[in-house]
Amino acid sequence: MEMMFNVILLIMLLLTAIGLVRKRSLFAVVMLSGIYSLLSATLFIALDAVDVAFTEAAVGAGISTVLMLGTLALTTRDEEETPPKGGILPLLVVMVTGSALLYATIDMPNFGDPMAPIHHFMAPHYVEHSGVETGIPNIVTSVLASYRGYDTMGETTVILTATIGILAILGRGRKRPKKLPHRKANTP
Amino acid sequence: MSTDLLEQVSGHFNYWMAVILMMVGLYVVLSRHNLIKKLVGLNIFQTSVFILYVSMGKIHGGIAPIYVEGVTEQPVFSNPVPHVLMLTAIVVGIATTALGLSLVVLIKKTFNTIEEDEIQASLDKKRRKP
Repeated sequence: MEMMFNVILLIMLLLTAIGLVRKRSLFAVVMLSGIYSLLSATLFIALDAVDVAFTEAAVGAGISTVLMLGTLALTTRDEEETPPKGGILPLLVVMVTGSALLYATIDMPNFGDPMAPIHHFMAPHYVEHSGVETGIPNIVTSVLASYRGYDTMGETTVILTATIGILAILGRGRKRPKKLPHRKANTP
Repeated sequence: MSTDLLEQVSGHFNYWMAVILMMVGLYVVLSRHNLIKKLVGLNIFQTSVFILYVSMGKIHGGIAPIYVEGVTEQPVFSNPVPHVLMLTAIVVGIATTALGLSLVVLIKKTFNTIEEDEIQASLDKKRRKP
């Protein structure tokens, strides 16, 4: 049952992604990308990652879609009907990279295998001791905010840098027209 | 042999789909001229990485890693570490997307288009007559 749900969601994700590649109307593309995010959030719940799921639903399906719609309002609604860039080359690059990655997954431990190496380093410590050491019932929260607090601080720095960058980019050109009449008024 | 193959397929289906989705995203980034569509492709690429990581953290019969109150023997939890890493990645991802979109707005203001080939053409025209 668990596996079936998983497979159906992954196939729906693939269909959404293919629809997204083919659509030319950017409004439809942005909406499909919101649907894609919401589907992946549902998949994360099926994979027990509830914290990732609600963050993805809020950030990926919510904020990201709003930002893209805002950009569409400021730019254009349609993609131009031009043939794909570089002819067959992108398809070739994608095929080669994809087959290399698929070849690499063959060595990976099976999905859901409790004996996989990933479950035997660090994770057992968090699962067994984080409740006593931090007093937080949610293990993901205690790792994020306590054990890896410095990582989270670095993440906040990234957001600060991005905000400064966005303000520098979008704030430009808006102040100049305001200044000009002011200067004219001062000069006799 | 056939049970081996079946186990291989069911055990790796998530990883394969993650790789295929990743390649769809990469294809959009490489082959489209439109800058907004490229950013959407980048988002698909990114989400496929989340799916890959979160799939690795799943344990059969496990539950979400939150302690159950009033139980002496805690149940099996899925691995919380990939979840933490992906939470950080989502937030960094929205920061880069927002920055990219603001660059798109600036490009639209400067070149009056967001199609890459048209931007290149207008740059070439500028270079020819300085």
